[in-house]
Amino acid sequence: MKKYLPWLVTAGFALWVLGGLGSPRAKDGFDTAGFGRLPVLLNGRVQPLDSVARSSLLVIRTRQSVALEGGGTLSPTEWLMEVTMKPEVADARKLFRVDHPDLRGMLKLPAEGSMYCSFNDLRPALGEIEKQAERANGVDAKERNTFEQAVLRLNYGLTLYQRLKNSLRPETTDDFNAELAAYQKAIPAGVAAVKRREAGQSFNQEDFDRILKMLERYDAMANIAYPLIVPPAHPEQRRDAWSNVGTSLMETVHSGRVDPAVASYAAMVTAYREGRPAEFNQALAGYRQWLEPQFTPEVRKGDREFLFHQWQPFYLSTVLYVCVFLLGCGSWFTWFPVLNRTGFWLLVLAFLVHSAGIIFRMVLEGRPPVTNLYSSAIFVGWGAVLLGLVLEHFYHDSIGLVMSSALGFLTQVIAHNLSLDGDTMEMLRAVLDTNFWLATHVVVITLGYASTFVAGFLGIVYIVRGLFTRSLSGETAKALARMVYGIVCFATLFSFVGTILGGIWADQSWGRFWGWDPKENGALIIVLWNAIILHARWGGLVRERGLMNLAVFGNIVTSFSWFGVNMLGVGLHSYGFMDKAFFWLVAFVVSQVVLIGLGLLPSHFWRSFQQPAPHPVPGVGGGLAPQQAHS
Amino acid sequence: MLLSRVVKFFCSLRLTVVCLALALVLVFAGTLAQVNIGLYAAQAKYFRSLFVLWPVPGTGLKLPVYPGGYLIGGVLVINLVAAYFSRFGLRKEKAGLLMVHSGLVLLLLGQLATDLLQVESGMRLTEGETKNFSEDFRANELVVVDTTDPAHNNVVAIPDRLVAKDRELSLPQLPFAVRVKQYWPNADLLMQPTNGAVAVVATRGVGRGLYLIPRPVATSSEERNSPAAVVELEGDQGPVGSWLVSSALGAKQDFSYGQKSYQIALRVSRHYYPYSLTLLKARHDVYMGTEIPRNFSSRVRLQRPETGEDREVLIRMNAPLRYGGETYYQYQMADAGNGKVSTLQVVHNPGWLTPYLACSLVGTGLVVQFMTHLIGFVRRRKA
Repeated sequence: MKKYLPWLVTAGFALWVLGGLGSPRAKDGFDTAGFGRLPVLLNGRVQPLDSVARSSLLVIRTRQSVALEGGGTLSPTEWLMEVTMKPEVADARKLFRVDHPDLRGMLKLPAEGSMYCSFNDLRPALGEIEKQAERANGVDAKERNTFEQAVLRLNYGLTLYQRLKNSLRPETTDDFNAELAAYQKAIPAGVAAVKRREAGQSFNQEDFDRILKMLERYDAMANIAYPLIVPPAHPEQRRDAWSNVGTSLMETVHSGRVDPAVASYAAMVTAYREGRPAEFNQALAGYRQWLEPQFTPEVRKGDREFLFHQWQPFYLSTVLYVCVFLLGCGSWFTWFPVLNRTGFWLLVLAFLVHSAGIIFRMVLEGRPPVTNLYSSAIFVGWGAVLLGLVLEHFYHDSIGLVMSSALGFLTQVIAHNLSLDGDTMEMLRAVLDTNFWLATHVVVITLGYASTFVAGFLGIVYIVRGLFTRSLSGETAKALARMVYGIVCFATLFSFVGTILGGIWADQSWGRFWGWDPKENGALIIVLWNAIILHARWGGLVRERGLMNLAVFGNIVTSFSWFGVNMLGVGLHSYGFMDKAFFWLVAFVVSQVVLIGLGLLPSHFWRSFQQPAPHPVPGVGGGLAPQQAHS
Repeated sequence: MLLSRVVKFFCSLRLTVVCLALALVLVFAGTLAQVNIGLYAAQAKYFRSLFVLWPVPGTGLKLPVYPGGYLIGGVLVINLVAAYFSRFGLRKEKAGLLMVHSGLVLLLLGQLATDLLQVESGMRLTEGETKNFSEDFRANELVVVDTTDPAHNNVVAIPDRLVAKDRELSLPQLPFAVRVKQYWPNADLLMQPTNGAVAVVATRGVGRGLYLIPRPVATSSEERNSPAAVVELEGDQGPVGSWLVSSALGAKQDFSYGQKSYQIALRVSRHYYPYSLTLLKARHDVYMGTEIPRNFSSRVRLQRPETGEDREVLIRMNAPLRYGGETYYQYQMADAGNGKVSTLQVVHNPGWLTPYLACSLVGTGLVVQFMTHLIGFVRRRKA
């Protein structure tokens, strides 16, 4: 039984992973998934409505789903359907996160209790929020206090919400289908009345007023509607010339016909409001059928991105990393072969899922793996896990498992927090719009971060195991030292080549190879640090424990270069300024300093070095005398 | 005895580690300093210097408190070369390391050459405009232009730093001496006096009756100084008059002396080229429905009369034009009333190829070195 356990566990998790690829079930008969897949243009890129819903929810409530008061949740698409088609229901949902105490005070919300408010709760204070936001907007971004930041965030969320409400139809319409029919009918007479009036002839006041009132409505909508959901009428001229419903309806005055996309959405809106799923699904299917032949790549893109978000490969791999970490740590105390093998195969599975997620993103974006801070976190984790698998393959001692699952988990958590800013697949600014440099410089430098962290985490494994447990035998310690040395060699290679490639890119785009810009300096510091470790070891200035402490300090150096320089807010490289992360960066640095401090403790404090381990751990090797262990 | 100790000191790995550690701290400090003193000043203070100087408060003294970039880099190069001559020698098994280190030396020397020889300037073109010169980003010059012959101007240019230092400049090309009476490295001009403003003391030109308010010298790479000076010209028959000159003055100041006509100005330094660029079309696209810039590009016409060259070139982000020893990069773009204005950054850097060579050398060297290790390690494990 024990022999098959690793395989059984891995197979079970594999099934769980594959299960996420299935289509979600429709609720109440409405084809929610089909609606969520429909392609629209937002932030300069084609994406499914589901992604619009997700990024909006992140802005509004920092979560990708809506918890219902009676239990259960609304999926992002279900929520978007409500907001755009039945806002009276959505207005009562507890959506907006309001957690700043002063802001809660200003809004007369209780200090305790739910942090979430509905639009209806906030409606009486809309004017006040807008006034405060306007004032906060006038303050320089770096000078804003937390209240000003909170009120701006809330105001932004509220604006976004109101824009969404007016994205498919004017908010106040009940039967949009009927309204459009009336509009189309009113156009000929209305246009004639306008023309006669302009020519100074007598005209029908009623026709004139009717068309003017409608145009005012649609003009307002053109200014406020959020995603551009109407595909271009002439894709052969400009494929990205999507428009919103309001703009399209303004065009209708000239063409005399309502765009088929608008008509289809109107039919869906009416069917949804009147609770007729069959009609809704029919309109949806009809629209897709009309869309597919002319906009095949866009429709495919919508389908794929919807599937990607449904599947959540990075979330799945995060869960797997937690399991691997527990199995790896457990294996040092008991049942080594079974736990180690199970952990190894689960790590392989997690790595495959993680890789699949990265490849999926690359296909969706048509870009190399790293395009922003978010994807760099994902990729650092990936590189670390790859190195961990290689180490585990050679050493069979669970060290690779523990190190890489810890790094995989942490980087996924970092990535998740970075994703809270909204769209993670945003379009790239002009200077970054080059797949060649993204594929070379950015990938190599990110692998440099990953390998420096791997060396650092191996150092942590050494310190924690050596100091607090008896499980670090002399042989294991030596193996760890060899691993760290090898990984530091790789880190030097990657960070150096990556840094130089970055210099060459800078030479190509800004006209100088090296400008002492903070991001460049950060990269240089990593190279210098790795070079210091190697030369200190070659020169005999450090031995085993010194090497480990230096490697742990590498974590600080790398985290500064990765995130710290973005917080300085100077230089050409600072595209993503962030302030929340500062606290966590400091916390991480402090934790590493503490670990180094522990690593410097005299050897009689180290439990593993006090006496030979009483029970040699199978597969790890027996204990060795203390003087050998830390020589 | 002493010599061998010196040699030993310069060969030691300990020195390497110490220099690398000093460099790391220097880079870190230089990065943090940018927040307060700006990129350009931080570069000069920390990296392009032998020592980092600390101005002792209350005195004019500046004490060296830390080795600067040039010193650390220099010692590292000596250390490396010395180590090769004394310890490593040229052995086949160390070929990887040799490549790495010679690449590093090349990189450091190349960057030193860049620091010393690189000249950066900008060429600002409105659509349709032609220029055969670029303007320096920082330096200014005092010019006296002989405009007597309308077909050909004779320009005498005096660099701004000389204007600041020397009070009396006599130039053989000019029939009069140039005397700098007052100089401000950065100043705004005003029509009306305000708090802290100085009345301009000039006898001729448009500067009479203006006021001037001194400003602190710009530190960030975005701002530039606008210097001003009051300059007196004195010929054989006594003073010609004094003028206010400033790069902030738009108007031309003409005068005649003897039988000739002249112009005097303090302007941004110019670099002239034997060819011209005409901006045909500037483009700045954004992604649909956003403000995110998608691309910047300038289509220019390159003309060089002496060789008969006349062709169109597209300069865009990540795709510069390299021509005649200069490189033209897409730098800035703005909308003016009369069409788009595109600024090209012009860089003259004879050492621009060194990083490319150094990178290939070091990269290959590291791969060779570590692969040798890795293959050895795998073989040993298999055995």
